[in-house]
Amino acid sequence: MTEIPLTHVLILSSLLFIIGFVGVVVRKNTLFMLMSLEVMLNAVGVAFIGAGSVWQEADGQIMFMLVLTLAAAEIAVGLALLIRMQRRYRTLNIDVLNQMKG
Amino acid sequence: MSSLASIEGLFYLAATIAIVASLKVVTGKNTVHALLYLVISLLAVAVCFYLMGAPFAAGLEVIVYAGAILVLFVFAVMMFGLGIDETHNAPQSRGLSLWVGPVFLGLLLLIELIFVIGNSDLSLQLNNQIVDSKQVGMLLYGPYLLAVEISSFLLLAGLVAGYHYAKPESRGGRL
Repeated sequence: MTEIPLTHVLILSSLLFIIGFVGVVVRKNTLFMLMSLEVMLNAVGVAFIGAGSVWQEADGQIMFMLVLTLAAAEIAVGLALLIRMQRRYRTLNIDVLNQMKG
Repeated sequence: MSSLASIEGLFYLAATIAIVASLKVVTGKNTVHALLYLVISLLAVAVCFYLMGAPFAAGLEVIVYAGAILVLFVFAVMMFGLGIDETHNAPQSRGLSLWVGPVFLGLLLLIELIFVIGNSDLSLQLNNQIVDSKQVGMLLYGPYLLAVEISSFLLLAGLVAGYHYAKPESRGGRL
């Protein structure tokens, strides 16, 4: 039905996901890790919309909206924690969090 | 395979822009420039959604992601203070060259969108495969009603947690 083959959509989605994943694993700045997390969630949205458009169903868009809600809530909590971290340790380096006290 | 002036070709262009912008986000040194590229990446994905026949999702992507979540990021960066993070590692300001990349990619996306809207053949092709917001709304408030309720709880939890975590300790915000 659609012009764009599903495999190409899934290739785009997995490429974006891998880029985001590498960003989360490699970066030490917590803000960049959150941004890479956004890229990953976005890639999941691409896969949902692509599948929904191939089968001409609205379910894919609904799942995308739920992912969107998740991303909004996750970013709100994550940025609040980052503000807390910046206040306490004066840095955004994730390595300062390697020691926890109960 | 068809030429660039088809829906497929335009999709590949937007996908390439999304991947390039995402790479620049992940490899970036300066927070604000990475945020600029993140906006471009989200807009490119929105154009992809539009070409896949989901204009409602494309609008949501622009409004919620590029509009709301990125503004939240910018506010957080402003609260952190720019001098403290990795900005001092970035090369000194070179005038034009710092923002010319995102602007170029954004202009490319804009040209692509205007081309699709202006070209009647492509618009007709797109209209045949659209899943419109009416179908989404019917499903959303029918079988998916419970999911909507749960996501509203999730947003409320995010609001409460964000308020509580970001409160200074001097004003009673103890973890």
